[in-house]
Order: sequence, then structure tokens, then C-alpha cells
Amino acid sequence: MFEVVSNEILAENLHKMVLVAPRIARARKAGQFVMVRLAQGEERIPLTIGDADPEAGTITLFIQAIGASTRKIVDTPVGGSIRDVAGPLGKETHITNWGRVACVGGGVGTAVLFPLVKALAEAGNEITTIIGGRSSRYVILADELGALSKNLLITTEDGSLGSKGFVTGPLGEMIADPACAPKAVFAVGPVPMMKAVANMTREPGIETIVSLNPIMIDGTGMCGGCRVQVGSETKFACVDGPEFDAHLVDFDGLSDRLTSYRKEEAQRHAATDCKIAKEVAK
Amino acid sequence: MSNDLSPKERMAIERVHMPELPADERSKNFEEVNQGLTPEQAVAEAQRCLQCKSRNCVAGCPVGVSIPEFIDALASDDLPRAAQVLRGDNALPAVCGRVCPQETQCEALCVRGKKGDAVAIGYLERYVADWAMQHPEGLIAIEAPEPTGKSVAVVGCGPAGLTAAGELARQGHKVTIFEALHDTGGVLRYGIPEFRLPKEIIDREVAVLSRMGVTIECNVIIGKTLTIPQLRSEFDAVFIANGAGLPTMLNIMGENLKGVYAANEFLTRVNLMEAGRRADSSTPILQRDEVAVIGGGNTAMDCVRTARRLGAKRAMIVYRRSETEMPARVEEIKHAKEEGVEFIMLTAPIAIVPTEDGWVSALRCQKMELGPADDSGRRRPQAIEGSEFDLPAGIVINAVGTSANPLLTATAPDLTLNKWGNIVADEEGETSIPGVFAGGDIVRGGATVILAMGDGKRAAAAIDKYLKR
Ligand SMILES: Cc1cc2nc3c(=O)[nH]c(=O)nc-3n(C[C@H](O)[C@H](O)[C@H](O)COP(=O)(O)OP(=O)(O)OC[C@H]3O[C@@H](n4cnc5c(N)ncnc54)[C@H](O)[C@@H]3O)c2cc1C
Ligand SMILES: Cc1cc2nc3c(=O)[nH]c(=O)nc-3n(C[C@H](O)[C@H](O)[C@H](O)COP(=O)(O)OP(=O)(O)OC[C@H]3O[C@@H](n4cnc5c(N)ncnc54)[C@H](O)[C@@H]3O)c2cc1C
Ligand code: SF4
Ligand code: SF4
Ligand code: FES
Ligand SMILES: [Mg+2]
Repeated sequence: MFEVVSNEILAENLHKMVLVAPRIARARKAGQFVMVRLAQGEERIPLTIGDADPEAGTITLFIQAIGASTRKIVDTPVGGSIRDVAGPLGKETHITNWGRVACVGGGVGTAVLFPLVKALAEAGNEITTIIGGRSSRYVILADELGALSKNLLITTEDGSLGSKGFVTGPLGEMIADPACAPKAVFAVGPVPMMKAVANMTREPGIETIVSLNPIMIDGTGMCGGCRVQVGSETKFACVDGPEFDAHLVDFDGLSDRLTSYRKEEAQRHAATDCKIAKEVAK
Repeated sequence: MSNDLSPKERMAIERVHMPELPADERSKNFEEVNQGLTPEQAVAEAQRCLQCKSRNCVAGCPVGVSIPEFIDALASDDLPRAAQVLRGDNALPAVCGRVCPQETQCEALCVRGKKGDAVAIGYLERYVADWAMQHPEGLIAIEAPEPTGKSVAVVGCGPAGLTAAGELARQGHKVTIFEALHDTGGVLRYGIPEFRLPKEIIDREVAVLSRMGVTIECNVIIGKTLTIPQLRSEFDAVFIANGAGLPTMLNIMGENLKGVYAANEFLTRVNLMEAGRRADSSTPILQRDEVAVIGGGNTAMDCVRTARRLGAKRAMIVYRRSETEMPARVEEIKHAKEEGVEFIMLTAPIAIVPTEDGWVSALRCQKMELGPADDSGRRRPQAIEGSEFDLPAGIVINAVGTSANPLLTATAPDLTLNKWGNIVADEEGETSIPGVFAGGDIVRGGATVILAMGDGKRAAAAIDKYLKR
């Protein structure tokens, strides 16, 4: 059992949750994740370890409640507990001092990006962080990321915060300007965003790392469900990744496999909606 | 009941038939197919045993179960004694009685099998073990050991780890099992389906260990949460039994299409996560009318029979050799056929054909013929030119095998591995690191439950010796 010590709402459907998990807090490195199962009978899902405090023995998760499992997890109150949390899993991010780097985050990817930005800052990199969302309501962690970055640029699709458009806009400007061009780019977010970033940095040959989010079950390399095509090789994202060289990733294949259970997920989502509606009616 | 039968009378008894659920009924649910012998059937079957002085059957059992002795007790209707004999040799008899490939082990060497049918040793073992589970009060009590003050870490809660933990606890050592998944049993839970091995049996075996003082910590991944060097410093000895959980890929076109599963994923979803077994299961699983399973082992049989139970109208085994070369237990092959599984033999997959929107539409195959024998003594399949054909399928499951998972070994550089990534251990299970032992599939590659248990037992004895040095 892993006790919930805090559960804050950062933005619509986005929670920051702190859990007691001393062994994981001690062992984890930036870029790693945990497999979480709320209770007996529930799904196992991967969530990035957003931050950790080895002294307090806690880890922080940023959870976007988008479907049945994530919604139930964020509903766990402070003092409540999560039955299973296993990790830290996946490879740690390869961190060095590149000098100038750009970190690009979209949606909940911004949360996954947070530990990377922190580790890159600690390694002495000069960081430009570009984060985006549909509107100001979906932009998260701006203050925290701002404190670690030399520049923080925000984009929103409706222009309600920062510049109007997508994260690729400011990134394109940086790349085009030899005085600002980054030596390395880290991109985490929806697959189309990561694909667009990879396409922008391929030509100028800028090292680009993406954190992939395929469907996972065990998270230990046992089931093969999380496989992604990277160059000529089939990789298991949970053990070989989740970070890969963006220029080699088959994003279309990844995005297609992510839709494997759309129908089943929609049914479960509707079922939890009904339950919530019934409880509200009562 | 009297056990004073002449050899002639014993020879006259025919081998028992295991009562089974009817095939059309069971192919729609996950209930155990084999229902177990009745007391009368069990005693009569036990009386078929000739109590041979040569004890051929014992030589066929990898852990040397005292077969004639436990059968003799059963034939005399002395179940407490039968249970005691069995327990002394085999920590998980209710499991082995169900899943051992008896026809190639104990029963293969039974004298009665030379002319006619071997004694149904597996069925009898299961009968005694099930009786013991239901009659804990009838069992002969085992004395609690003196604590030795020594501690042992066991990595992995499969048959090898469970067996070693039990043996070590019996010696009075303090044992902690670390398991990566959220539940116990290893392949017994996530791999072998409920219709062959009810999960309740694993729960009961685990409860026995808990009562003996063994601590089980799930959600601890050795190599990630804690490392072997950490365990080495916190415990007096370590036993590694993390299995062979790494699926072998087919490396053919279309393997990443939607609807292509590795056997471990398919079985884990259904067995460990209850997908498709509970109406409101939170883990999804795909269901299609046509399911093609590639392989001929127990894993392939488990997948195809599971697919059938999830509603497949055509559940198919695609195997590149012929039925005689299939490594699966004969009983599984028989049950699969009764349940309407189609066997497409001498057929190898060459590609998976997609639909326009990225789903599986067919398995492209090639016909094979058997050529001369290869190193393994089995006749090598050779492709027949121009024999390609498409087998319509909505799901393709790859059940060709697994190998050593490097998650743990990658973080223990002092551990010597062979070229396939298996841990190198000596006869007694000792590895290249003093005080660190290993056994089961991580040493042998994919083997059997009883071999894994035998390793656990031998390693526990060696660890006990090491700790008393
Ligand atoms: C390495 C990794 C790290 C992640 N880190 C975070 C994080 O820090 N915060 C966060 O909010 N989300 C993270 N995710 C995504 C998160 O796991 C999914 O959003 C979640 O599983 C959705 O579950 P659901 O039942 O709520 O939604 P569903 O309605 O079941 O699914 C919504 C979508 O999520 C994806 N998904 C479904 N099941 C899984 C699964 N078992 N594994 C992965 N993706 C799945 C699919 O694309 C699906 O269409 C991460 C994913 C990976 C692989
Ligand atoms: C589908 C299927 C059907 C089978 N049918 C039969 C059969 O009918 N008869 C038969 O005799 N054999 C059968 N086998 C083979 C048999 O199950 C195995 O040989 C046996 O389970 C091996 O036991 P083990 O203890 O070595 O490993 P496993 O049973 O694999 O257990 C290993 C355990 O270690 C855990 N683990 C892995 N890595 C770590 C880590 N880093 N840290 C902590 N824990 C870890 C795993 O999660 C697992 O629980 C079958 C196998 C499969 C896959
Ligand atoms: S453990 Fe397996 S091989 Fe040994 S006697 Fe029992 S069923 Fe036969
Ligand atoms: S070989 Fe067969 S008949 Fe002889 S003792 Fe063993 S089980 Fe009985
Ligand atoms: S999630 Fe099972 S192998 Fe990666
Ligand atoms: Mg879900």
C-alpha cells in the first residue's frame, strides 16, 4: 500500500499527487516511471516519476485524468492509498552538459518533461523551455519550469496565454537563428507533436530525444506489448526506453498502436461517467 | 479398504479416466477442465501400481518423488500418510499433479506402461494434494524449526522461488521473497490459465508459506527498486529465480500491427489482469472470430484455448512441424482438439497482412515438409516452394518462446551469464558471486515447473549448508 500524502489540482483534470514510496524515491533517476494499479481488479498503468524526495521517502506523480483508470487514481483522497506502485522502471535520461538545449512539452508531456528539465539544469545546461496547451487552462508547471530555465516560452492554440499557435513555432525560430540554435532538443507530448519536432530537427542534425508512451502492461520487458519500431529494430519502450532518438522512431506506428483499445476504453469511460452521474443524482 | 491384491488382480484394473467438463460447455468458461478423481477412482488407480522394487517411475521424476510409497498409502486409503510422503518430496504437489508433462517423465518410465497404460501418477498426486488442502486437520503436523538467525532473499515468486523459500523456512532461516509483479506465482499465475490450474491453488500454497513466516514483498523489481549488491549486503544469502520472461519476436513483416500479441501479453491480460474473464474488467483484451496462434508448446495451447473461451469461432494452432514433434503436454493437445481448436500443421508464418487501417487481416503462411533430423533429433522443417497462402485472422498470437530477461542481470555485472543471457550456476545452484544462488528458467531457459522446483530445492539445501559454514 502506498499512502497518498497530497493531491492537488494543477489544471483541469491534471493532478499532482505525492505518495509514500521510500525505496522508489531513493532509487529513481530522471526519465523513469512507475507502474500503478489503484486496487485489486484495476488496470496497471505507467506514470512518470515527476519528482522525488529521498529524505521524505516520497515520489510525485503528475496525472492527467483522461480515462477510467487515471480518473479513479486522481479520486484517491489524501490519507487514502494506492495498492500497487512498482518501479523505478525504464532507463534513466542520458544527461550531460550540451550547453544550450531546448525542452518542449505539450499537454501532460509537460509534467513528464519536468524531471528532465530539472536534471538538465543541475548538469549546467542553458535551457529554453517551450510548453503549450489548447488554452491557458491546460498550461501547467509554468512557474516551476520557469525557475529552472533561462527562457520559458508558452504557446496556446487559442492565444489565451503566451503566443498563439503550437510549440513548434518558437522552436522553429530558435533553430533558424544560429545564435540561439540548441545543441539538443528534448520533446515530450502527444505523438503528433513529437513527430513534428523530430521533423524540424532532422535536417539541421540536432540531437533530439523523445519520451514515448506506448501501451504498457507489466513494464518489465516481459510482455512485449510496448514495442515500438526504432530504426531497423523493434524496441520494448519499458526497458529499452522510454526515451529514444527521435529521428529513428516510427511515430505513425506508435500512434496507430495506441488506438488498439479505443472502443473498449470509450465503453469504460462511459461506464464510469454513468456511475459518477448516478452518484451526483443521489 | 484392503490393499492386499495379487499382481494379477492389479493388472486387471484398467487405467482411470479423469472426469472432465464437457467440451462444448467448458470452451465457453474458465472453469477447470479436469474435475479430479472420486475417492473410489483414486484408490482403484492406486491399486494398479505394482510397487516395483526397481522404482522406474521415481527415476523419471526430476525431484525423485517417492511414488510407490505415496501410492501405496493411497491404495490403503491412508491419506494422511500419502500426503506426508508427497509433501516431503514435492512442495507444490497440487500444481505438479496438474501441469507436469507426466507422459515424458514419471509415467514414461512406469513399468505398467510397457504393456498397456502407465499408472496415472499425476492424477493420483493431484488427488492426494487436493485432499491435503481440504483436510489441514488430518495432516501430520510439522514441528516449527529453531530460528537460525540467518536471512535469505529470494528473487521471484514463481515455482523455483516458492520452493526454495519453503525449504529455507523449514530450516529456520528468515526468508523474504521479492516479486516484481503485484501478485505471486510467476508463470503459474500470469501464464497458465485457470482452466488448467485454478488460481486458488497458488493462493493456498502461498498462504502456507506465510504461515511458516516467509515474507512476500510484491512490487519490488530487483535490478531497479533494489539491486543484487544491495540484497547481498542486507541478507546472508540470495536465491535468484526470476524466470525467463522475455518474449522472442517473430521478426516478420506486420508484427507491430494492431491485433498481434506476444503470448505473454495475451495471457497476462487474461490471467493476471482478468481481462475477458470478468464482464467489468478494467484491462481490455481484443476479441475476434478468427485467432491464429503460432507455436506448438504449452504456451501455444494455453493461448489458443483461451482465445476459444473469449469467443473465437476459429481458434487455430499454426505449427511448422507435425503433431508428433509438438512439445505441449498430450493432454492439452487432446483437450484443445475436443474444444474445437484447429491444428494447421507443417505451416510456418512468413508475414502478417494488414487491413487498410492497420489491423491484422491474415497470417501469410508457407507449407513445410520434414527433412532430415537436426541437432535436437527432431526432423527439420523445410519450406515448400510456391506453397504460400493467407489464413484469415483478426488476432495473431506469437507463442514461439521466451528467453532470459536482462532487467536484473544488467545491474549485476559480477554475475556470469552464458551466451543466451542465462545465469551460469553449478549443480547446487551457486553462481559466480559467493552467497548468490540461482535456479529455474533463468538458469535453464524455458523449462518446466518441476525442474524449476527441483532447482529451488537443491539451491535451498546448498544455501543451508553455506549459511552453516
Ligand atoms: C512511460 C510512460 C509514462 C507516462 N507518464 C504519464 C504521466 O506522468 N502522467 C500521465 O497523466 N500519463 C502518463 N502516461 C500515459 C498514461 O499511462 C495513460 O494516459 C493512461 O494509461 C490512460 O489510462 P486511462 O484508463 O485513464 O485511459 P484510457 O481511456 O484507458 O486510455 C486513454 C489513452 O491512454 C493510452 N493508454 C491506455 N492504456 C494505457 C496503458 N496501459 N499504458 C500506456 N498508455 C495507455 C492510450 O493511448 C489510450 O487511448 C505515461 C505513459 C507511458 C507509457
Ligand atoms: C503459458 C505457459 C504455460 C506453461 N505450461 C507448463 C506446463 O504445463 N507444465 C510445466 O511443467 N511447465 C509449463 N510452463 C513452464 C513453467 O511455467 C516454467 O518453466 C516455470 O514457471 C519456471 O519457474 P521459475 O520459478 O523459474 O520462473 P517463473 O515462473 O517465470 O517466475 C519468475 C518470477 O520472478 C518474477 N521476476 C522477474 N524478474 C524479476 C525481478 N527483476 N525482480 C523480482 N521479481 C522478478 C516474475 O514476475 C515471476 O513472478 C509453462 C510456461 C508458460 C509461459
Ligand atoms: S512431480 Fe511431476 S514428474 Fe514427479 S511424480 Fe509428480 S507428476 Fe510425476
Ligand atoms: S513403475 Fe509404475 S507400477 Fe511400478 S512402482 Fe512405479 S508407478 Fe507403480
Ligand atoms: S510493458 Fe510489457 S514489455 Fe514493456
Ligand atoms: Mg485504461
